[in-house]
Amino acid sequence: MILLDEAEQVLTIDAKGVYYRELNARLRDAVENGVKKVVLNNITGQRYLGTDLPGEVELEVHGTPGNDLGAFMNGPTVTIHGNLQDGCGNTMNAGTIVAHGRAGDALGYAMRGGKIFVRDDVGYRVGIHMKQYEGKVPAIVVGGTAQPFLGEYMAGGVLVVLGMGLQEGERHRANFIGTGMHNGVIFLRGSVEQHQLGKEVGVREPDEADWQLLRSLVGEFAGHFGFATEELLRGRFLKLLPLSLRPYGRLYAY
Amino acid sequence: MKTYLPARFRVRRDDERCIRCRVCERQCGFDVHHYDEEDDSLYCDDEKCVACHRCVVFCPTGALTVEKNPLSYRENYSWRPEAIEDLMKQAETGGILLTGMGNDKPYPIYWDKLLLNASQVTNPSIDPLREPMELRTYLGRKPDRIDLAAGNIGRWTRRAPQVAIETPIMFSAISYGAISLNVQESLARAATEYGTFFNTGEGGLHKSLYKYSDNAIVQVASGRFGVHQEYLDAARVVEIKIGQGAKPGIGGHLPGEKVSAEVAATRMIPRGTDALSPAPHHDIYSIEDLSQLIYALKEATNYTKPISVKIAAVHNSAAIASGIVRAGADIVAIDGIRGATGAAPKIIRDNVGIPIELAIAAVDSRLRAEGIRNQASLVAAGGVRNSADVIKAIALGADAVYIGSAALIAMGCHVCQACYTGRCSWGIATTDDYLMKRINPNIASRRLTNLLRGWSLEIKEMLGGMGINALESLRGNRHHLRGVGLSDTELEILGVRMAGS
Amino acid sequence: MESTRNRNNPYGDDKVIAACCLFGMLDTTGKRIGGRDSIEAIANMHDRGNGLGGGFAIYGLYPDWPDHYAFHVMYTSQAGRKEVEATLRSNFHVAHGEEVPTRQAAVSNPPTVWRYFLQPEERALIGQSADDYVVERVMEINTGHRDAFVFSSGKNMGVFKGVGYPEDVADFFKLDDYRAYLWTAHGRFPTNTQAWWGGAHPFSILDWTVVHNGEISSYGINRRYLEMYGYHCTMHTDTEVIAYAVDLLARRHNLPLNLVCKVLSAPLWADIDRMEGEEQDLYRTLRQVYGSLLLNGPFTIIIAHQNEMIGLTDRIRLRPLTAATKGDVLFLSSEEAAIRLVSPELDKVWTPLGGEPVVGRVKSEAAVVAPTGQVLVA
Repeated sequence: MILLDEAEQVLTIDAKGVYYRELNARLRDAVENGVKKVVLNNITGQRYLGTDLPGEVELEVHGTPGNDLGAFMNGPTVTIHGNLQDGCGNTMNAGTIVAHGRAGDALGYAMRGGKIFVRDDVGYRVGIHMKQYEGKVPAIVVGGTAQPFLGEYMAGGVLVVLGMGLQEGERHRANFIGTGMHNGVIFLRGSVEQHQLGKEVGVREPDEADWQLLRSLVGEFAGHFGFATEELLRGRFLKLLPLSLRPYGRLYAY
Repeated sequence: MKTYLPARFRVRRDDERCIRCRVCERQCGFDVHHYDEEDDSLYCDDEKCVACHRCVVFCPTGALTVEKNPLSYRENYSWRPEAIEDLMKQAETGGILLTGMGNDKPYPIYWDKLLLNASQVTNPSIDPLREPMELRTYLGRKPDRIDLAAGNIGRWTRRAPQVAIETPIMFSAISYGAISLNVQESLARAATEYGTFFNTGEGGLHKSLYKYSDNAIVQVASGRFGVHQEYLDAARVVEIKIGQGAKPGIGGHLPGEKVSAEVAATRMIPRGTDALSPAPHHDIYSIEDLSQLIYALKEATNYTKPISVKIAAVHNSAAIASGIVRAGADIVAIDGIRGATGAAPKIIRDNVGIPIELAIAAVDSRLRAEGIRNQASLVAAGGVRNSADVIKAIALGADAVYIGSAALIAMGCHVCQACYTGRCSWGIATTDDYLMKRINPNIASRRLTNLLRGWSLEIKEMLGGMGINALESLRGNRHHLRGVGLSDTELEILGVRMAGS
Repeated sequence: MESTRNRNNPYGDDKVIAACCLFGMLDTTGKRIGGRDSIEAIANMHDRGNGLGGGFAIYGLYPDWPDHYAFHVMYTSQAGRKEVEATLRSNFHVAHGEEVPTRQAAVSNPPTVWRYFLQPEERALIGQSADDYVVERVMEINTGHRDAFVFSSGKNMGVFKGVGYPEDVADFFKLDDYRAYLWTAHGRFPTNTQAWWGGAHPFSILDWTVVHNGEISSYGINRRYLEMYGYHCTMHTDTEVIAYAVDLLARRHNLPLNLVCKVLSAPLWADIDRMEGEEQDLYRTLRQVYGSLLLNGPFTIIIAHQNEMIGLTDRIRLRPLTAATKGDVLFLSSEEAAIRLVSPELDKVWTPLGGEPVVGRVKSEAAVVAPTGQVLVA
């Protein structure tokens, strides 16, 4: 069933039982025909939503989209009223993903630009090999906590983990945080023990420029989900950054 | 008697570069170089040169090099120069030819015919720099099961002691006397720093090295040199040395001139006497006698240390190893035909024993067929040259390897095979006060830890490539090996398949 | 089968490699539920398989025969059936035998499938447990008989599997007709295209079943270790070794399932080093003794047996697993969407940490569900 609101150029699709290839083909067609926003209802596991769509479009997803949502995405804004599975934001170049729920593993793998906001917890290897390039600085903001290998060999960009839902005095459970990190920065609200951090990671207090960046990203996060920014900025933030841009300088014999 | 032997090497000196500093003269342990004041020139006795390269490395102007003597014999496949020269040497002396280091003959090196696997698509390779990669290995007897109903699990671990090594590479037995104290100290320090073991060999443990005893394997050999309660108590592992890959079936003979005051004190024998190791242990004439000695050592150490038994790889190693495990050994170390020595009869070194690759595969298979592989750890020794050899040994079934020659080479040895002379220019295989100072334990132990680090990093890379993040998942996992250029029988003994199959 | 390996692994690879999707649901009250949800859920992950294998393990299936071993046997010839039935009659009291009902479906080359309800003859058990006796007979038939393969041998449960997509295999076996309190399901993507019905998941021995996603890089040593304990890995697939490892550890060595999981997916040495006292002793000893059964490489498995379902991933979680609860039902799945399809509203949904088992049990009293601790106990 397809509903098109001509005035708003909004298309609504009931995706129940629709195979992903057909669904994504319909999205491409619709956008080519001037649709600016698509509401997708009853999504259950369809992959690659948001891939190969031009920048101006907006997707509103209801349900549980499949793996690789936003893979290679270059501009669209995708809002998910539900949970994300694995591999979302894979090699994303531009655009925004807003998940009103949690996300699975390898979120934002090799992401080079754009922003991802996840209200709840995220899985393993989130932000793995995120990188920055010239003016592009990707960002991921996570409301809850993360599983191990957060920011694994991170090469740029900003990861913020707010630790909402952790009890007073409860530390994040992830280990191997920032293992192999050689650029970029992770801001972690709450506590971890030294052994949970990768050996390439140093811990600092955020400075004024960092707070400015945090206020902006956390403000945007709070805006998406209806939180109060100041509440989210309260408490201790650890700034995790690589000790070296070349952590493996002594690895090889020449 | 005039010798008919030609010089094997020629020392070439670039007279334009030579500044007459006489470093070569001082560095050579074999008196090759000598300076003539009258004509301000340096001369060489080429026939004394063993090609150890000490002078070449230390010449400040790079004026020296060593070449093979290009002297040609009439081509003869049977009477090759080595055969002719060995024979002449015996005709001139009437003795047993001595040599040092390991077998140098072109027997197949199976390491070079085994290739490793790597993951592609169906299984991710694991990045060892950023993901955990575990090389820790526990050596010692394991039970066939854990019985939780039997109560406190800790009690079991104490009954069958386990020792941990952080990399599966240990230093082989090299006795004080064969090598200098500085060399043994370097090995001890590196083992301590890296979390592995050095092995005293059969020459006892010098008082000054007791501080490294947490990382020591002490040997009990047929000569029982330096074996006493304190020595046994200090060690983490006690090893009964039955044989050695370089000279299976024969004993040892440390000449009196190498038995200095310190060597004598450590071996607990009079200074200047020959230290003779009998060929067999005279309390072991059969397998039940081995069991008696194993349990004597377990009693002496109150069952707190694994007892290892080291044998040379010989024809029926599999059956022998099975007997050793049943006799109560916690570790079986097997030393292949390329294992080295400070001194051995050349005819033995070059003709007795079998390659370690075949021995370790056969022993692992046999112990599994008999259901007793859990009861002992296996250590492969003799001919491990690099980290790939280590990992192949483990895939064939070893828990860990011993390295001897590789460790000496790391400290400077150039494998000139003249260890038995005691004149080692590198200060390694000598107890001469002047020469042994050349090994500075600060530097030599650094070279050894660098070697362990480099190999360990490489092992992690190879494991990660195979999609494995703990060494125990490779141990005996021959699916990750393939053979090239091997007969069906060789493949069957190694338990590996032909590449491409 | 005379040569099971040749059937399953015609190219003679070390092991058959397969990727997959898996799904499981357990009603912890023991209430029997129909198969529709499991079939729909696994079908929703269609793209993770390639139609060369699908299967289900179903518990609480034969309440009329609770104390009999239910053998499911596939036959590729009448002669094979006659031979095996003679063998069964000489080794067991055969209470009942029938052809498993099937219908036309999009599966390829189906064999004839029979089921038998058996008990070992008392006199045949000479100082041996009935379970050990059954394991030995199953191994004998599967290595010694032509044209026959026992692929299910537990009590009050059954495995149904074959070559096709899992929804088609379910269609073939009319699984929507069955009711059970525990369902596990599997869709397979083998890299070896000559798929064989016996090679599909679940793999089972007695009432232990395993469905598996991933490739076990430690297979070579896992198998050699199990061979020391009399297991014949006849099919050369890594999933087979998991089933035998669980049988060895849980049934023969009597380890509780949470510790079995800590053998298969052992804590890192660094984690063990940070433990204290008895706990450290226990985990260190487990790893020292059973290191050869560590499953290395990426995997997610669902292990099931009577009244219990366990989800487990490798210790660095290279394969996905989502767990969820709704009321008394515990779900495990490769993808959350498959769970949401059959139960849009969930009480809890989470991804367990690598190596931390999710254990669901039929509650005698009340099941406790703990999303953070991952261990749900009755």
